[in-house]
Amino acid sequence: MLKAKHVDRLMTGLMIGSAMIMAGILIFLLGIILLRGASHISLSFLTSNSSSFQAGGGIKNQLWNSFYLLVLTMVFTVPIGLLGGIYFAEYAKDNKWTSFLRSCVELLASLPSIIVGMFGMLLFVNVFGWGFSILSGALTLTIFNMPVMIQVSEAALRAIPNHQRHGSAALGATRWQTVKTVLLPAAFPALLTGMILSAGRVFGESAALIFTAGLTTPNLHFRQWHLFAMDSPFNPMRTAETLSVHIWAVNTVGIIPDAAQVAAGASAVLVLVILLFNLSARIIGRMIERGIKGN
Amino acid sequence: MTIQSPHSKDLSQTNHWLLEGMKRYRRDLGAHIFIYAVAIFIILASLSLTIFLITKGVQLFTHDGVSLFTMIFGSVWDLHDGKYGALPLIAGSFAVTVLAALFATPLSIGTALFMVEIANKRGRKWMQPVIEMLVGIPSVVYGFIGLTVLVPFIREHFGGIGFGLLASLIVVGVMIAPTIISITVDGLLGVDQSLREGSYALGATRWQMISRVVIPAASPAILSAILLGMARAFGEALAVQMVIGNTAVFPKSLVYPAATLTTTITSSLGETVEGSTANHSLWALGLILLAMSYVFILVIRWIGRKRNA
Repeated sequence: MLKAKHVDRLMTGLMIGSAMIMAGILIFLLGIILLRGASHISLSFLTSNSSSFQAGGGIKNQLWNSFYLLVLTMVFTVPIGLLGGIYFAEYAKDNKWTSFLRSCVELLASLPSIIVGMFGMLLFVNVFGWGFSILSGALTLTIFNMPVMIQVSEAALRAIPNHQRHGSAALGATRWQTVKTVLLPAAFPALLTGMILSAGRVFGESAALIFTAGLTTPNLHFRQWHLFAMDSPFNPMRTAETLSVHIWAVNTVGIIPDAAQVAAGASAVLVLVILLFNLSARIIGRMIERGIKGN
Repeated sequence: MTIQSPHSKDLSQTNHWLLEGMKRYRRDLGAHIFIYAVAIFIILASLSLTIFLITKGVQLFTHDGVSLFTMIFGSVWDLHDGKYGALPLIAGSFAVTVLAALFATPLSIGTALFMVEIANKRGRKWMQPVIEMLVGIPSVVYGFIGLTVLVPFIREHFGGIGFGLLASLIVVGVMIAPTIISITVDGLLGVDQSLREGSYALGATRWQMISRVVIPAASPAILSAILLGMARAFGEALAVQMVIGNTAVFPKSLVYPAATLTTTITSSLGETVEGSTANHSLWALGLILLAMSYVFILVIRWIGRKRNA
C-alpha cells in the first residue's frame, strides 16, 4: 500500500508540474514578446511607412491594412455566420441533409489555413481576376472564419432555454419573429464575445493571406479620397501586406538589416492588440450579462 | 415594455387577420430565403474548394506527365532540376506531426488532469486564461520566437545549425498543446462523478482512480484531442517554415534542416511561374495536404461517432 501512495504522490507532482510548465511557457513567451518589442515600439514606428531595404522602417500601413482587412472580413462573416447559426439551431431538421451540411462546416473549420489560402488564390486572385488584393484576402478569411462564427452562433442560440421559444410562440410569433425579437437579444452577449474572439484569430492570420492579399503594400496617403487610387487606404483592389504577414516577410523574404527589431516591434503590437481583444471580450460579455440580469 | 401580440388586434375581422397572416408569411419567406442561401453557400464553398484544388492538383499528372508513383515515392525534390519526388517532404510533415504530438501529449494530458482532477474550480479559473492566451498568439509570432530564441539556443547546446526538426517539434508542440488540453478537459469533465466516488470507495489512491477509471472512461475524447492536435500540426505552415531550414532532404538528425509539404508550398509557390511544371508540382503538394486533411477529419468524425454511440 505504501508503494501506491508513493506513485500517487509522484504522479500528482508530475501533473502539477505540467500545468506549471504550460503557465511558464506563456509567461516566458509574453515576457519575451513584450520586453523585446517595448524597446522598439515608438510613435514613429507606428506612424511611418515600412522600408523595403533600409533600416528604420515603420508599420503604419501594415497596421492599417490589418484593421481594414479585419473589418471587411467581419462585414462578410458576421451575417453569414449568424444566419448559418440560426439555421442549425432553429430551422434545421435532424436529417441527412443537415448532417451533410454540418460535415461541410466541420470540413471548412478544420482545413489548414494554407489550403484555404491556396483556394482563395485560385478563385479570387486568378479566376475572378482580382489579383493580390484586400478583397481577395477578406473573402478568403471569410471562408476561413465563417465556420467558427456559425459554430459560435449555434452554441449561443442553443444555450437559450426552450421556455423562451414557447412563450414567444404562445404570443403568436412566427419562428423568424421569435429569432429576431427574443432569441437574438438573449444571445447577444455570447454572440459578441464569440465575434471578438474570432476577430483576434483573423487579426493574427497570415498563411491564408500571403497568396491572396500579397506581400507588399503601397505607401498609403490618408488624404487620398479617390477610392480606387493605388495609394488610397480604402481601395479594396490594392495589395495589402498585413502586420502578421509583415513579421513573416521581413524574416524570410525581406532584406532589411533591422528585420529582427521590426519583427519584434510588430509582434508586440500584434500580441497586444489580440490580448486587448480577448480582454474586452471578457469584460463586455460580463458587463452586458450583468446589465441584462440587473433589469 | 408592453408586449404586443400580432394576433391581438383584429381577431374579429377575418379579412384583416388573413391579410396580416399573409404579410407575416411573406416576412418569414424572406428570412427563409436568406437562411437557405447561406446553407447553399456553405455547401458551395466546401465543394468548390475541394473541386478546384483537385483539378489544379492533378495537372502535374495529367498535363506534365509526371506519374503519381514517382511523385509520392521519389526521394529527390528539386524544382530547378525538374525532380518532383515528394517523399522527403511527406516524411518531414509526418515527422513534425508525430514528434510534436509526442512532445505535447504528456504535457497536455498532465495539465488537463491538473485542471479537472487536482486543482478543481479555482485552478481551472487560473489555467483557462493561460490556455486561451496561448491559443491567441498568432503562428507567425511563434515562428519568430522560434527563429530568434530557440534556433540559436539549439545551435549552441545541441550542435548542428539549429534549424530543423527539433526546433519545429517544440514550436508546433507548444502551438497544439492548447488544442489537446481544452478537448481533454471537456472529456474529463464528461466522466460521471459517481465513477470517481466508486473508485475511492474501493480504496484507490487518486492516481489509481485517474489511471484506471477516469482515463479509460475519457479515452475516446483524449484520442480525438490528440488527433485534432496532429491535424493542426500537419497543416501548420509559417511557424514551421521559419524554423525548419527548408531543405528538401531526409534529415540526418533532429538538428539539421528538413522541409515539409506546407513549408515547401509557402517558400516556393510565389517564385514559380503560373502554368509551369514546377508550379503544378506545388499544387500537387497542396492536393496531398488536402487529402491528408480529409483523412484526419474522417478519422476524428469516426471516433466521435463511436464516442456518442
